[in-house]
Amino acid sequence: MSGPLITFFLLALLSAAGALWVVLARDVVHAALALLVAVLGVSGLFLLAFSEFLALTQVLIYGGAVTVAVLFAIMLTRDNGPQFGLDNPQKPLAAIAALVVFVVLTATFVTSDIATAGRSDVAGAYLSAEAPVKTSFEALGSTLFVKWAIPFELAALVLLVALVGSITIARGAERGESE
Amino acid sequence: MTLELVHFQVFSALLFSIGLFGVLARRNAVLVLISIEILLNAVNVNLIGLAAFLDLPPEQRVTGQVIAIFVIIIAAAEIALGLAIVLRYFRTRDSANTDAMNLMKG
Repeated sequence: MSGPLITFFLLALLSAAGALWVVLARDVVHAALALLVAVLGVSGLFLLAFSEFLALTQVLIYGGAVTVAVLFAIMLTRDNGPQFGLDNPQKPLAAIAALVVFVVLTATFVTSDIATAGRSDVAGAYLSAEAPVKTSFEALGSTLFVKWAIPFELAALVLLVALVGSITIARGAERGESE
Repeated sequence: MTLELVHFQVFSALLFSIGLFGVLARRNAVLVLISIEILLNAVNVNLIGLAAFLDLPPEQRVTGQVIAIFVIIIAAAEIALGLAIVLRYFRTRDSANTDAMNLMKG
């Protein structure tokens, strides 16, 4: 067992435990906080794959923005009436479906020849225990703003429209009542 | 044993299945949205693993990260819109129960 592999297993365990806690928690707030555990573990995995910018984005957007937004939504949608259960009657079927998807995906990944195809030098850096490859910030920035500039601007537009739309949807009821 | 692409891929399959179970089994709309975030994270793990371990030409090596950034942008837009719709629904029905959402039933 090499160092990176042990780190990977620890982070994967943390993240999978967080994700399981999200889908099994009996309390909505616990589920939202468990999401934080899951995404922090995933961000550690991004670091392990030399994707520093993605790890940073993951912590900022999921750890910061999404968790806070979800907690606010939970606070505002607390049921005061008779509590309905958090889970559907179709829970056993859902478990079977998830298990089938996991088995099929794993079988595909393990037998796929992509896994055994040539290794990039990133993987080589682990094997030879040399200094890590050059940080990918520069390459990522130039690719994002040169080759992917138009899709990036479109994505910014999508985000803007979605956020303005969500403000409009969330405020709509109050305005309708006052008119 | 060293860290390989297949570790990232199997972990991403595991995370995806957990998220799928959440989407199918949960009844509270906010919990369904959180589970969708787990699904998108699983996709990102797969993308980042491929970007790091696949033997690509140097100029294509960051493409996986770029696509993962787009996934994160869309995930942020999705959770904002989803939570706004849940809030609006809660105002009219006093509930976030997905089983009771039948306002558009004919």
